[in-house]
Amino acid sequence: MIPELGHFALILALLLALTQSILPLVGAHRGNLTLMGVARPAAQGQFVFTALAFACLAYSFLTNDFSVENVARNSFSQLPEVYRFTATWGSHEGSLLLWVLILAFWSTAVSVFSRHLPEDMAARVIGVMGLISVGFLAFLLTTSNPFERLLPAAMDGNDMNPLLQDWGMIIHPPMLYMGYVGFAVAFAFAIAALLSGKMDVAWARWSRPWTTVAWAFLTLGIVLGSWWAYRELGWGGWWFWDPTENASFMPWLAGTALIHSLAVTEKRGAFKAWTVLLALVAFSLSLLGTFLVRSGVLSSVHAFATDPARGAFILGFLAVVIGGSLVLYAWRAPKMITGSGFTWFSRESLLLANNVILIAALGSVLLGTLYPLFMDAMGLGKISVGPPYFNAVFVPVMVPALFLMAIGPLVRWKEASLPDVATRLKWALAVALAIGLLLPLVLDGFNPWASLGFFLATWITLAVLAGFADRLKYGQGSLMHKLSSLPRGFWGMQLAHFGMAVGIAGIAVVANYQSERDVRMEPGSYAELAGYTFIFRGTTEHEGPNYRAARGTLEVSQNGKPVATLHPEKRTYNAGGMGMTEAAVHPNIFRDVYVAMGEQLEGQNDAWTVRLFYKPFINWLWFGALFMVIGGFLAASDKRYRIALRSREVPKHLAAQGA
Amino acid sequence: MKRWLPLVFFIVLVGFFAKGLFLDPREVPSPFIGRQAPMFTLPLVGDANASFSPADMKGRVWMLNVWAPWCVSCRQEHGFLMQLAQARVIPIVGLNWKDKDREAEALLARIGSPYMAVPEDLDGRVGIDYGVTGTPETYIIDQAGIVRLKHIGPIGPEVWKDKFEPKLKELGA
Repeated sequence: MIPELGHFALILALLLALTQSILPLVGAHRGNLTLMGVARPAAQGQFVFTALAFACLAYSFLTNDFSVENVARNSFSQLPEVYRFTATWGSHEGSLLLWVLILAFWSTAVSVFSRHLPEDMAARVIGVMGLISVGFLAFLLTTSNPFERLLPAAMDGNDMNPLLQDWGMIIHPPMLYMGYVGFAVAFAFAIAALLSGKMDVAWARWSRPWTTVAWAFLTLGIVLGSWWAYRELGWGGWWFWDPTENASFMPWLAGTALIHSLAVTEKRGAFKAWTVLLALVAFSLSLLGTFLVRSGVLSSVHAFATDPARGAFILGFLAVVIGGSLVLYAWRAPKMITGSGFTWFSRESLLLANNVILIAALGSVLLGTLYPLFMDAMGLGKISVGPPYFNAVFVPVMVPALFLMAIGPLVRWKEASLPDVATRLKWALAVALAIGLLLPLVLDGFNPWASLGFFLATWITLAVLAGFADRLKYGQGSLMHKLSSLPRGFWGMQLAHFGMAVGIAGIAVVANYQSERDVRMEPGSYAELAGYTFIFRGTTEHEGPNYRAARGTLEVSQNGKPVATLHPEKRTYNAGGMGMTEAAVHPNIFRDVYVAMGEQLEGQNDAWTVRLFYKPFINWLWFGALFMVIGGFLAASDKRYRIALRSREVPKHLAAQGA
Repeated sequence: MKRWLPLVFFIVLVGFFAKGLFLDPREVPSPFIGRQAPMFTLPLVGDANASFSPADMKGRVWMLNVWAPWCVSCRQEHGFLMQLAQARVIPIVGLNWKDKDREAEALLARIGSPYMAVPEDLDGRVGIDYGVTGTPETYIIDQAGIVRLKHIGPIGPEVWKDKFEPKLKELGA
């Protein structure tokens, strides 16, 4: 009964999404306020019914209803409750339902926080978002019904993929989708502006906070995924250039370019056409990511659904949405007149360089990701493109952008003086060069890659400090007062840039100074790595809720002082007999000590291969990304966006008092 | 003209994607297909004095089904395997994989056995030779002892019709 209720709710959501898109768009075209007024309640209603459908599916998972095919395929009676809940979006159908739910959530958020927008603009934005909902709901209902019954019901489920049974995976998909789908708002604003033909700078201001929030969520989603891979795959790696990772990374690159070019469009009225195009591209890449992962066009560790009918539907949808928006763009582009000019050295020109480089980097990732498909489609054989390509192409492309990102915030709009900036930054440059060159020599001898990383991290950090020094020169009051009166947009940007520096430092250290060993260990034997001593105390049988494990005990000490006792596990999951390595990590700010069980050695009592890792500064990566996320949320909460909100409400309030 | 460039680029991409939909990136030939099935000799479940070896099957097309008593998906395909066995479609050998608790004999006595022989791979070593990553996995091995097909996951009527039947017809079994 509950699954049928969910199915029915989904159908109602589709009908409401149709209403949400058609009526307001027609209304905005004709200038009919009644039709435009449908947008908000329809979007909110659509959210309610999508949420109801999602709740029904979650209920089926939580109650182990194995008469629902989706549940039988992706859950298991012994699965702990929290994973039964997250299994709701562990499958193809469920993750699409989550996608639709988050889209409906964003639409509702727009419907609530759009009071300050002109009525036709709000109607168009919500209408365009409704069109996207229609596509995805129709996709769910026609090819991927999550409520499909299974007759006769299965005795038990096939279990959730053990790799996904981790709490990093609980929050990774929702955060990632908040980012992916959040770009739909920027997309809808861009389409609305194109439809109305009013390409003023107002739309840039309206879509800026939305885009920044979506970007922050996407950053969080990507870093959670990376953190999960690091802990869960047992290889100590944190980025694999896997097609699915690239699918989330490409919208991030486009989104990063977009938040920078939106700044130029809002402040200076320049790059209008380019910014619109980027808004279209960022969301198109989110859709493309969904297509790549869901259609099985590219093989990947996590592409878990292969079905040509589904692929054909998404491709058709992609062609309509992206193709349609690009036609609209090409048609309206001549209307977009660029505002004031700027000279070769100005904040505009630096942001333009940032955009060009980010798009070039994006192109390199796109090419690497799709190259196997191109080759295969042209009958040139099956190949795979791995990390060597991406590291060789992506890293050098990004270096100039990282160098310039330090300078950009210190340079004036329109026209700046290079000698002036050079004078202000010469000490920063000297210090950064010295640290970059000397630090590796002190640590471990000459190392150009480590030097480059240390140089960039120091350079960006010093430039952030210079930015604060600049702002604090003027004004009165105590330092604290001056700091707290700086706008949140400024804080957010600087924090995000600083986060980048922290992340670069982390990458530079971990990539160049990590060490690992594969050792054979039996009870009582020990191994040494990077100054740590690991003593193996054997394994014990451990019974998990839905798996059996050999749990090892390793005592870690440094200079004779105990550091930690680690318990890595080798698990065998009951449902499919799949083996899984559960690594054990002892973290602190400066390093992770990471151990993973390999295989049990034949014929010997409790002898195992054990993988030991020493990962210096790996956590700086996650901290750096976290700073970027916090920076993004701070910037989006800047007062000036809220003032714009209030300025419309106050007169209304006063008018009511007067009456 | 410049403003049409993004659209042109996108149309080319869509062309490739459309083509890509009909290619299967996972269809990477398994290293075992077309090769001699790895040899082994294992004792049988329930009769440790008897043993089974792929050499015993020379001259016949047969099916090696890797299963385990603790495996739920194996239970799922059990009914279908029983049908196959009753209809005498193909001899099925059930490699009992990593059955540390030795439950296989009692279980098969209770639910019925579709297997002509159940060799016991207690430490999973034969499984490693065959590249088993999880249960169930099924192989078709031909008259000359060459692996002709590998299937990962439970077998049902649909999989059987689409994947196994054509292969068996080809092998004349």
